[in-house]
Amino acid sequence: MLGKTAGGLFWMYRYLERAENTARLIEAGQRIALTRLEAGDAEWTSILQSAGVKGAFDRENDTVTRDAAVDWMLRSRANPSSVLSCIESARHNARLVRTALTGEVWAATNAAYMRIRENLARKVSERDLPDVLREIRQHTSLVRGMTHGTMLRNEIYDFVRLGTFLERADNTARILDVKYYVLLPSVSAVGTSLDNVQWETILRAVSARGGFRMEYGAGGGPAEITEFLVLNKRMPRSLAFCVDKLRSNLHYLHKGIDGQLPSLAMVDHLERQYLSHDIAAVFECGLHQFIEEILGQLSRIARQVEIDFRFYE
Amino acid sequence: MSDGATFDEMWGHDATLRDPYRGFHDWFAEEDPARLRAKQREAEEIFRLTGITFNVYGRAEAEERLIPFDIIPRIISGHEWSKLSRGIEQRVRAINAFLHDIYHNREIVKAGRLPESMIAGNEAYLPQMIGVQPPGGVYTHIVGIDLVRTGPGEFFVLEDNARTPSGVSYMLENRETMLQMFPELFSQNRVRPVQNYPLDLRRSLAACAPGGTSGKPVVAVLTPGIFNSAYYEHAFLADQMGVELVEGHDLRVVDGRVAMRTTRGYTPVDVLYRRVDDDFLDPLNFNPDSALGIPGIMDVYRAGGITIANAPGTGISDDKAIYSYMPDIVEFYTGERPLLQNVPTWRCSQPDDLAYVLDNLADLVVKEVHGSGGYGMLIGPTASKKEISEFRRKLKARPGNYIAQPTLSLSTVPIFARSGLAPRHVDLRPFVLVNPNGVKITPGGLTRVALKKGSLVVNSSQGGGTKDTWVLEE
Repeated sequence: MLGKTAGGLFWMYRYLERAENTARLIEAGQRIALTRLEAGDAEWTSILQSAGVKGAFDRENDTVTRDAAVDWMLRSRANPSSVLSCIESARHNARLVRTALTGEVWAATNAAYMRIRENLARKVSERDLPDVLREIRQHTSLVRGMTHGTMLRNEIYDFVRLGTFLERADNTARILDVKYYVLLPSVSAVGTSLDNVQWETILRAVSARGGFRMEYGAGGGPAEITEFLVLNKRMPRSLAFCVDKLRSNLHYLHKGIDGQLPSLAMVDHLERQYLSHDIAAVFECGLHQFIEEILGQLSRIARQVEIDFRFYE
Repeated sequence: MSDGATFDEMWGHDATLRDPYRGFHDWFAEEDPARLRAKQREAEEIFRLTGITFNVYGRAEAEERLIPFDIIPRIISGHEWSKLSRGIEQRVRAINAFLHDIYHNREIVKAGRLPESMIAGNEAYLPQMIGVQPPGGVYTHIVGIDLVRTGPGEFFVLEDNARTPSGVSYMLENRETMLQMFPELFSQNRVRPVQNYPLDLRRSLAACAPGGTSGKPVVAVLTPGIFNSAYYEHAFLADQMGVELVEGHDLRVVDGRVAMRTTRGYTPVDVLYRRVDDDFLDPLNFNPDSALGIPGIMDVYRAGGITIANAPGTGISDDKAIYSYMPDIVEFYTGERPLLQNVPTWRCSQPDDLAYVLDNLADLVVKEVHGSGGYGMLIGPTASKKEISEFRRKLKARPGNYIAQPTLSLSTVPIFARSGLAPRHVDLRPFVLVNPNGVKITPGGLTRVALKKGSLVVNSSQGGGTKDTWVLEE
């Protein structure tokens, strides 16, 4: 397949994943704002940070308010990671790689674009927000479902998965990066279970509350949450899960290529070095440093994938 | 339904239902107009979802627009079609022979049937093609012949599209949409299928691969890119054929072959179906500013390393000034009388013709020799005095740039209007594939319809729509 097409697929699915993650973050922020008694918009600062858009937001806005934060993340065209920008970029890439997609995937992507663009044409009121967010997640899920149900499992699919899981790993790592201090065992939070608002933010932001309960019952504190999001191989948004998918898809792509595949070697290294130990080792190394290191490696892997598969030249 | 002068393809000249429409008419009479109106909206929804859009040049606010689709099919009998297709095949064979001749021995000029100046002075003539032998001897692999009709048996060729004819995706999607919405119509009427076109196209292109190609030829579609007005069609065809859609920057000349950049390195391409104009094909050989092309592709081509479809330089055969010589061209190369008529054409480059045209501007259609898409033309009968006097100035300034034709009384086909069936003018573009083994014409084509009452301009860029075109089994 064409290098350009591989790149288009990779980015199409990164943007789709990002749109969905951003919607999920807004949902988490909104939920927390509503269930908390004290006034103020403190939570939105960390939501913006988790989405990786705080810096750009600050250049355009004086203070962080709920309305400004939601609008920035949902529909600002000045923010390339807003849901609207992401959906437009995903669809633009889908048009570029139209020949690599099934008709169903294309139609689902186009439908997502038309519907979400319509919903985000005007500022979204607080009353409409839940419906709008739900529709965003429904539409991106439809594209994913069509992809899963109709696409050949060939190299096209491998690039789809690489984009999806790189973005997802990046997203989970970013949330951990912003909230790492909440998870440090040394900070003995008052709450001993999930009623700790901070922990709940984290779990909600990765749709992991239900899964966490299944794994740990009613108990579980910061160490368990960290273990769940970093090392659990059954949790589809954990770092270990995402990196495992990166490895297997690069492994398929490696077949038939002579010699080493640098991006695969980097993923192997990341997995061996950082995701093969127990959670105690992670805390020993320092959670913050650990996450920073993983974020750095993920972005180097993304660049190496571009080079290995000739996205641009 | 009919004013007598205009031929309606459903109701004839005298409001008598014509045979091909019988089955459709019975169905329509039983239909609830409200249901049909809902279907009309549903069609639009289907088109929007599939993304069958085009970009209108010079209109920033409408990046992607739908071409309106009308649900009433245009129906052609099997008998009418076989007569038409014989004429089309004859014409297309003549065009290929003509192209070979003018880039080689120029017998037609020597025989005095075509003035030398029509070639040498023609912008569409490519000196780089002189003496070049395209693989399989084919110049125009894909042709779209624009036809209009004025009576039961009277068809005229309005234009030959021998460069990069577009619109075939509408032929296919219109049919697909009709099949989805009105399956019963297709079990009641014996409509010949058009759906094989993409595979026929792929086979036809593969059959034109350069000599010595081993194994299955690698075919690719070359597009100017996502912002081109016909990008949807380029992607659609590549997808339907199962071949790569490439842009200039995906290709480069490697070891004397044109190769595309894949995830595993450069792979040679055998046949390139290009939807890029000649001028932009190769910055080394043509327009040096072109960012769309592939530097050096013409050198590979001349050495026989790749098939370019259509061949560079075919534009001269669909040039509107050459058009007026088509009856001679057909006769010269086939030795037969032309089966399809030309519209009588005045060449404004000739003083007598120019004088006549200037005297009769209000009754004529005047076209730019190199224009297309309905831009830069004058339709005398509907033009204002001011438009006519402006055109008079342009004509006098550059007479060689124009031809003129009488306004034909184009046939009509009903559309589904608010008030029910209403006649509107149509044209027809059948699609023709040429390879060394023969000529293949898909039974159907693109019917364009002027949606405005009385309008003769069917171009999508000027507010025209499309219809599904049926050819019935004989």
